[in-house]
Amino acid sequence: MLTVKMSVNGKPVSAELEDRTLLVQLLRENLRLTGTHIGCDTSQCGACVVHVNGVSVKSCTLLAVQADGAEVTTIEGLAKNGVLHPMQQAFMDNHGLQCGFCTPGMVMSALDIVKRNGSAVDEATVRKELEGNICRCTGYHNIVKSVQAGAKSMGG
Amino acid sequence: MAENGVGASVRRKEDNRFLIGKGNYTDDITIAGQTHAVFLRSPHAHATINSIDTIAASAAPGVVAIFTGDDLAADGIGPLICGVTVTSDDGQPHRAPVHPALAQGKVNYVGDHVAVVIAESLSQAKDAAELVEVDYGVLPAVTNTATAADEGQTQIHEVAPGNLCFNWPFGDKAAVEEVFTAAHKVSSLELINNRMVTNPMEPRAAIADYNAGTEEITLHLTTQNPHVHRLVLSAFNQLAPEHKLRVVGPDVGGGFGAKIFIYAEELVVGWACRKVNRPVKWTADRTEAFLSDAHGRDHVSTAEMAMDENGKFLALRVMTRANLGAYLSTFGTMVPSYLYAFLLAGQYSTPLIYSEVKAVFTNTAPVDASRGAGRPEATFLLERLVDVCAADMGLDPVEIRRRNFIPVEAFPYQTPVVQCYDSGDYHAALDKALVLANYGSFAARAEEAKSRGKRRGIGLSSYVEACGIAPSAAVGQLGGGVGLWESAQVRFNPTGNVQVFTGTHSHGQGHETTFAQLVTEQLGVPFGNIEVIHGDTAKTQFGMGTYGSRSLAVGGVAISKACEKLIAKGKKIAAHALEAAEGDIEFADGNFTVAGTDKAMSIEAVAFNAYVPHSYPEGLEPGFDENAFFDPLNFSFPAGTHICEVEVDPDTGEVEIIKYSAVDDFGKLINPMIVAGQVHGGIAHGVGQALLEGCRYDSEGQLITASYMDYAMPRADNLPSFDIDYAPTDPPDNPLGVKGCGEAGAIGAPPAVINAIVNALGVKHIDMPATPETVWRAAQSV
Amino acid sequence: MYEFSYKKVSSVEDAVAAMQSADDGKFVAGGQTMLPTMKHRLASPSDLIDLGGIGALNGISIDDDTVTIGAMTTHASVAASSEVQVAIPALAKLAGNIGDPAVRNRGTIGGSIANNDPAADYPAAVIALGATVKTNKREIPGDEFFTGMFETALAEDEVITAVSFPMVDKAAYMKFENPASRYAIVGVFVAKSGDSVRVGITGATPCAHRGMRLEAALNGNFSAAAVEGVKIPVEKMNSDIHASAEYRAHLVKVMTRRAVEACS
Repeated sequence: MLTVKMSVNGKPVSAELEDRTLLVQLLRENLRLTGTHIGCDTSQCGACVVHVNGVSVKSCTLLAVQADGAEVTTIEGLAKNGVLHPMQQAFMDNHGLQCGFCTPGMVMSALDIVKRNGSAVDEATVRKELEGNICRCTGYHNIVKSVQAGAKSMGG
Repeated sequence: MAENGVGASVRRKEDNRFLIGKGNYTDDITIAGQTHAVFLRSPHAHATINSIDTIAASAAPGVVAIFTGDDLAADGIGPLICGVTVTSDDGQPHRAPVHPALAQGKVNYVGDHVAVVIAESLSQAKDAAELVEVDYGVLPAVTNTATAADEGQTQIHEVAPGNLCFNWPFGDKAAVEEVFTAAHKVSSLELINNRMVTNPMEPRAAIADYNAGTEEITLHLTTQNPHVHRLVLSAFNQLAPEHKLRVVGPDVGGGFGAKIFIYAEELVVGWACRKVNRPVKWTADRTEAFLSDAHGRDHVSTAEMAMDENGKFLALRVMTRANLGAYLSTFGTMVPSYLYAFLLAGQYSTPLIYSEVKAVFTNTAPVDASRGAGRPEATFLLERLVDVCAADMGLDPVEIRRRNFIPVEAFPYQTPVVQCYDSGDYHAALDKALVLANYGSFAARAEEAKSRGKRRGIGLSSYVEACGIAPSAAVGQLGGGVGLWESAQVRFNPTGNVQVFTGTHSHGQGHETTFAQLVTEQLGVPFGNIEVIHGDTAKTQFGMGTYGSRSLAVGGVAISKACEKLIAKGKKIAAHALEAAEGDIEFADGNFTVAGTDKAMSIEAVAFNAYVPHSYPEGLEPGFDENAFFDPLNFSFPAGTHICEVEVDPDTGEVEIIKYSAVDDFGKLINPMIVAGQVHGGIAHGVGQALLEGCRYDSEGQLITASYMDYAMPRADNLPSFDIDYAPTDPPDNPLGVKGCGEAGAIGAPPAVINAIVNALGVKHIDMPATPETVWRAAQSV
Repeated sequence: MYEFSYKKVSSVEDAVAAMQSADDGKFVAGGQTMLPTMKHRLASPSDLIDLGGIGALNGISIDDDTVTIGAMTTHASVAASSEVQVAIPALAKLAGNIGDPAVRNRGTIGGSIANNDPAADYPAAVIALGATVKTNKREIPGDEFFTGMFETALAEDEVITAVSFPMVDKAAYMKFENPASRYAIVGVFVAKSGDSVRVGITGATPCAHRGMRLEAALNGNFSAAAVEGVKIPVEKMNSDIHASAEYRAHLVKVMTRRAVEACS
C-alpha cells in the first residue's frame, strides 16, 4: 500500500492505495469523480482523458502513484460557479454529444488541442488530433464543430 | 410554433449533466457493501466441460462465492430465450437449443460463460477466477457462415441437425424462376455482409441489490428497454416475480441494439445478489464486450435480378446464409428474416421477389440486431446489385434507379414482400442528393484526381427502411412474442410543471429534449417546466423501449395522445370554472378560453384546480394526469438517397471519403439539430462497416479482433464533415407525421461507399470492409 | 493487474540497485505499453521501477552534428522541440505521429526503443540515422540495438540514458498505419548524408531492420525510380489480418519511394 497525495480540481487529496491502482480508479472509486470514464483497456478510446500538470493523459494508463504530487484536472473541474467552460458550452451549442459517455474525454482532449494549436485550429488538425478519442454516436461531425467553436470562444 | 416547440433546434436538456461529469451510468453506481463479479469465460470455441474445480479459487482472499451452471439450474433460473419464432420450410418452428446463462456440460463459443466468481474487490475476483480449474474436452469448431450447414461439419447442437436453425423461403419460387428464364438480362452478384461488433462506447454493466425486507431485487443495468428486461427476466428466466423486480436503465452510453438483449451476466448478477445477500456489480471490460456482446450482420448471399430490355426490374432472387452464432440471442431469429427479406423491394417496383434464408449456428458469439438490423443487409445487397445491373445494361446508376423507382403517385405502395410503404417521393430525394453531391460535374473531378495519380469514384445508395418498430398485430402474426405499442404518462403537478413518463429509453437520442418539445408545443407549458422521465420500471408505466427508430414514431404519439386526454379533461374543468359550456371551450397556447370572449384560464390553473377541486365539475375525477398507449397500424418507412465520393490511392489502396451527401425523408422533424446528429452518427457507423470494421474469428473459433488494436473503429480523421438535407413526405399512418431517423445512415452508407470504390476502380464488386489491402488488390486486378 | 511493488527512483544508480534487489523487476518509463500489458495480465513483474523521477534522463541537447535526446523525453517534447524541428525535422515529425496526443504526453523515446515493438516508429529512425543508444553501461550502435521481436541488446539492469542522432542532409519517415491500432503496418525512414543513404524499416518484419537492398539501390541513384527494381523478400514479411506479407513487401517500396520523394 502507498500513500498518494495530489491536487484534484484544485483540492488537495490523499489516499491509501494498492500500488497497482490506476489514476482512473482513484478518481472514480476513491474520489467518486465518475465523470471520467473507462471505455477500453488498450488506451485507445480516450473516455478517461484527464489533465495531469496541464497536459492530457489517459488516466487508465497511468498509475495513481505516478501522479503523486501532481495537479490533476478532470471534467468536474472545468465549470466555475455553475458556469460552463467555453469548451463545454461549445459542445452543448453544437450538439457535440449524444450518449455522453465519450464526452468528458473529448472535452479534455479538446482543451489540449486548443492549447497546442491555438484558437483558430483548422478542421483537419482537429480531426487528426482526436485520433485518441473514439465516439460511436456523433460521427464526429458536431464534435469537430464544437472543438473549433470552443477554441474560438476561448481565444476571446 | 411554441417557443422551443416542434421544429426548433433546441439545445438538449440532458447535456449539462454529461458535460460537467454528472451523468449517472451503471458503472458509476456504488452500493454500500457491494461485491464484484467476474465471469470465467471459455477459452475454447467448442468443448465439453468434463469438470470444474473451484476449491482453490474458493479459498482465495476475498472470495464471497463461486457459482456454476449447476447452481443456476438447481434454483430453476434461466435459460435465456429467443422471443421470435420463424417457421422453417419443414413447417416446424426454428431450432432453439437450450441457452443456459452459465454453461452446463458444454461451451459453444470463446467467451461463453462458465462460472461467476464474486469477491470483495474486482482484483480479488480476477485473481480467484484464474484459480478455477476447468477440464475441457476440446471439439472442432464451426466458424464459417457459408459452410456451417454443409455436410460433414461438426454438429454444435443436437436439436439443430446440420447446424441449421431455419431455412426460410419467402415468395413464389416457381413464378420467379419463370421470369428469370424469359428475362432479357439477368445480373447477379455474390456478396458478404461483414460481421460487426456494435461497440457502444459504454461497455455493458449491471449492479444488483436484494432487499430481504421487501424481497425485491433492484437491477441497474445497461439496457435500451428496462421493462422488456424485467418481463423476460421474470416470465422466462424466473429471476423474481415481475412486481418484485425493479429494472433501471440509468444513463446509458449508447446502445445501437447491443443493449436490447437479455444477457447471461445480467441474469446471473440479479440472481447472485440474493444468493450472497450482498449487492453484486459487474462491468465488462472492452475485451469482454467484444467476446460476449451480441454481434451484428454476418450474411453470405447470392442476389440475382431479372430485367427487361429497358433495364426494368422484373424479378429478384436472393439466397442468404445468415450466421446466428452459437445460441439464439433475444431477437436473433427476427433479424435475417422479417427485418431483412421484407425490405428486399427497396425503393423499386420489382413485382416478384423470392428469397431463401438459411440461418446457421456456428461457434461464435450470438448474432442479433445492430443499428439497422436486417435492413442494412437488405440495402447493401440490393443497392450493390442495382449498380451491377446498371453496368450490365450500360445505364448510369442514376438512370436505372429512376426507371425502377416506385412512383410518388403509387403510395401507399404494397410491395410483394408484405410491407406496405406509407409515403415517399424517391425521385425528389434522388434529385436533391444529386445537386447536393455535385454529381453532374463529377467527371471533371475524376480527371483532376487522375492527374495526381488518384482514382475518384462516386456511388449512390437509395434505401428504404421499416422503422417505428410496432404494430403489435403484425409482429404477433410473424411470431413475435411481445406487443410493440408504446406508452406515455403526462402528469401535471399541482404547481403547474409537468412530468412526462415514457416507456422508451434514451441512450443518446435526446428524448428528454424532443419529447419536451412535443409537450410544450401541444400544451403550451414552458419548455423549462417539463421533465421527461424514463428508464425505471418503478417510476414509469410499462413500455417497450428504444430500438428500430421507434421512440418518436410510436412513443412520441403516445405522449401526444396523453396530452390530448389532458386537454379534453381540462376543457371540462375550465368550462366549470369559467361558467361556460364545455363545447364553447377552446384550447390554444396553454390557455383554455371561452370562444368569442376574453374569459380564459391557463392550463396550469386548470391543473391546480384539478388537484384542489373545491369547485369542480360534478362526477369528474380529480387530478391532472393521463396515460396513453399507442399501437400504430403500420411501420414507418424512412427513405433517402446517399451519395459518396471517394478518392482511392491505387498504390496503397487507401480510400479517402471526399464528400458524403445524404438526403433523407424522415417525415416531420421535431428537433432538426438532433436529427442531423442521428444522421451523422449513422453514416459514420455505415462508413465503419464499409471501410474499417470486420469482426474476424479464426478457424478454431478464436476472436482475433477482440480489442481496438485489431477492430478498427471509425475515428474523426476517417471521416469528412457530411452534407445533409431532407426531402420529407407526410406519412398518413403516423399522427405526428414522423418516421424515425436513428438507423438511416447505417443503412444508406455501406452501399454508397462501396459503390463509389467500385466506380473508382472499375471492378464489379469489392467486399466489406474495403481495407487498404482489399482495395489495393482490386486495383491491381484491372 | 497482478500485484507488484512500485519503486520510484531519482537516479540511474538507484534504479539499477532497485532492479538488482528485485525478484523480477521491470523498469517503467512512460508506461504506455507496459501498463496496458500489465492490465491484461500479460506481464507480472514483482517490482515496477519508475524512471520518471530521474531528471537527468529528460531533455534534448544539440551540438554541431548531433541531437541527443534523454531517454525519458516524451514524444510530445521531441515533436514540439524547435531545435529538433530544425536539426532533424523528420525525427520531430515522427515523434509527433506516435500514438495520439495523450499517449505522446507520457510515452518516451527510451521506453519505446527498450520495448522494441515490431511496429513502433522510433526504431526505424534509430537505424536509419545511425543513432547511438547510450546506457548506464555503454554506447550501443543503433544497428546492433534491436535484436529481435520485443528484444534488444539491453541487459536486465541496463538503463537507456539517451539516444544520440547524427544530423543528416536529408531525411524523411513515411508510415502506413494500421487502421485499428494506428501502429505502423510499414514505416520507412530514409536518411541521406553526402552520398550515403540509410534506410530503416519498421512494421514489416518481426524486428526493425536496415533495408540493405533499398540502400544499395538508392546509393548513387537517390530517386524514387531507383526503388522500383528492388526485390523485397516477401517470405520475411509479417502477415496478419491487416496486411499480408505480399502487401507489406509492396508497401515497403511505396513508403520508401515516398520518403525519398519527401527528401528531395
